[in-house]
This record gives sequence, C-alpha cells and structure tokens, in this order.
Amino acid sequence: MIASRDKAPERADIESLLPWHAAGTLSRRDAERVERALANDAELARSFELVREEMAETIHLNETLGAPSARAAQRLFAAIDSENASVKRRTISFDLGGWIAGLIEQVSPRTLAWSAAAAAVAIVLQAGLLAGLFIGERGASYRTASYDEAAAPVGQGAFALVRFNPTASAADITAFFESHKASLVEGPRAGGIYRIRVSANALPHDELNKVVAGLAADKSVVAFIVPAQ
Amino acid sequence: MLTRPIHEPIVEMQATSDEALISRIAAGDRLAMQVLYARHHVRVYRFVLRLVGNPTTAEDLISEVFLDVWRQAGKFEARSAASTWLLAIARFKALSAMRRKPEEELDEETAGAIEDPADDPEVAVEKKDKAQVLRKCLTALSPEHREIIDLVYYHEKSVEEVARLVGIPEATVKTRMFYARKRLAELLKAAGVDRGWP
Repeated sequence: MIASRDKAPERADIESLLPWHAAGTLSRRDAERVERALANDAELARSFELVREEMAETIHLNETLGAPSARAAQRLFAAIDSENASVKRRTISFDLGGWIAGLIEQVSPRTLAWSAAAAAVAIVLQAGLLAGLFIGERGASYRTASYDEAAAPVGQGAFALVRFNPTASAADITAFFESHKASLVEGPRAGGIYRIRVSANALPHDELNKVVAGLAADKSVVAFIVPAQ
Repeated sequence: MLTRPIHEPIVEMQATSDEALISRIAAGDRLAMQVLYARHHVRVYRFVLRLVGNPTTAEDLISEVFLDVWRQAGKFEARSAASTWLLAIARFKALSAMRRKPEEELDEETAGAIEDPADDPEVAVEKKDKAQVLRKCLTALSPEHREIIDLVYYHEKSVEEVARLVGIPEATVKTRMFYARKRLAELLKAAGVDRGWP
C-alpha cells in the first residue's frame, strides 16, 4: 500500500511527460524513464495512445492552415532594401555635411568676421543642400528592391524553377546561390518550388538550357530544375 | 514504444546551421535572410495565424517578425534554438496585435478563420469521424491552451523551450499542458466522444 502510494507521484510525473515523449523532445534520460514505465503499465500505454491521437490531429490541423502569400516576402524584403538604401543615404549626407564643415573651416575667422554676406551665403547653401538630402532620403524610404540600381529589375534576367533536395542544408543552398551567382526571386510555390534568377541578362534558349543543366549537376542541392520564363 | 527517434543530434545540426545564417544576417547578408525566411516562414505564419485567427494580419505580422530578425540578428545569443527565438518574437507581435483589437472583433475573426466546411461535431460523430471531431475541438480551445498544444505537438518544443518562450516556470508548462488536454477531453465528451481520460 505504502509502496503504491510512493509510486503515485512518479506515475503522475511520467504521465505529464507523455506529450513531450510523443513529440520526441525529452532528454534521453527522461525518454528512457517513460519507456520503462510504458512497458510495465498498460493504463499508461493507453494514455499514450490518446496523446498520439491528439498530436496527429494537431499536426494535421496546422498543416491545413496553408502558407503565407508572396506578399509577405515582398513586403519584408522591400522594407529591408529600403532600410539599406536609407543607411547608404545617411552615410552620404554625413560625408557631405563634413565636407561643408571643412569648407567653412578653410575660411579664416577673420574673413568670416568681416564678411557677413559670405557667411549668409554659406548658411543658405548648407540649408539648401540639407533640405535636398532630406527630401531625397524621404523618397528613399519608399524604394523597393525593384528600384535598386544594384539589383536587376524584377522582370529582367533568365530564370529557372527549382525544388531543393530535402537533405540540403541552409549552408549548402547559400553556397549554391553564391557559386552560381543565382538569386531567389519567389517561392515557395506549391510543391516547394522556387523561382530563381540564374543570370542578370536574358539568355537564348540553348544557353539557358546549358546553365540549367550545370545547376542540375549539383545534385546534393537540386532535386528538380527546369528553365522558366 | 518510441514513436520517433530522439532527434537531439538533428536539432543540434539545425541550430548550428541557423546560427550561422543569423551571424551572416547580422553582417547584412540579404541572401542569408532569404534562406532563413524560406526555412521558417511557414511555421511562424501558422503559429501566428493560430493566435490571431486572421490570415492577412498573420502575413503582416510575419513580415514584421523577420524584419526584427534582420535588425536584431546581432543580439541573438544562441541560448535557445533559432526557431524558438523566432516564435518568441512572433508571439510578442501577435499578442500586441491582439491587444490592439477589441476582444469581440477578434473572437469573431478567430471563429471565422477556424470555421471549416466540415459538419458540426455532433453530425461528424454520427459519421464516426473521430479525427475530424478532435480537430474541431482543438480549434475550440482557448488561445492559451491552443498555444501550448501547438508548441508541444506541432512546433516540437521541449518543456524548457516552452517555459522560455511563454515566460512561465517549467512546472507551470506541464500543468498548463495537462489542463489544455483535460479541456480538450471535456470538449470531446460534449461532442459525444468519451475517451475515458482523465
């Protein structure tokens, strides 16, 4: 009787761990403890079956929730590009400010003291430049990737549709993009297909096929690839 | 009896890989950001959608979540898995969005989002479709209970990770999971499915 009372808290503790045991997220020690209890306790084993049912349907429910549209990615990367452009412009405006300060420093104090007109011109000039930069910066905050001179316009270039090998790591995919000078344009679409840019310029059909064949050879990363418009 | 292998090594490998990506993001690597996004955005979206119940809001929020990752990557200290960090940011954003909305509007939206073309629970039981009833009851749980069920069963978070993510002690994580499952059993019973537990 006493022995069974002693076992009750242990059993309750084991039972509380069943959801994590089903998900495989227990430490090895706890997982072995639960396994031993399950092997010797039919009632606990039945509880575990209920947990597994719940887990299966929770996964099913979540998997039917779908995925976000491409709009979410476009919004994110437009914001990132806009921030990058803004940082670049802030750097430029700082340098120009320094340049103007340098110009003023080159003028001797005596000259400044005696030449109010020159000082006024300098102030007006500086204000005008700063206003221009400010307006320019505000404009930049609405820029998107498609307007970044450094990147090819969205519709320009040669493209392919690719499905990555499920065993490819993020590092593999990153290296793949870098080594082939490719970039991700859109995805994932249904079936885990991504649209990638394989060249900044449009390519003739034969040449695009050659490029795609070269990419397909990277079988550790590419499970499937075809040329695309 | 193990349903899945204990996948600690896989979790570690994935964490290392995500960490490397986040380091590169901290250095301004846009491509690393694309890879991290491609890898995690669907799960983050589903987590947020289950909390806020509105697909458009959920999409807006995941853009904000990953923008925060872009801005804060240098502060990631890898004390937890990257996926846990992402879910923690997502949770904060979702709860903030929920606080901004009137409760009744949210409940209506949530109900709309979880509405599926299936029959109501009673009818489904008549069809002997226990799985369908179970899914229906899962959607009827409170946000707090839905969250812990999803984190444990779908997002595969350990007791310690859930505790960090939700900001509650580990013992409370286990208790909350127990009460979430108990509530689920009550809903099932009300729908005509008595599983004999608890």
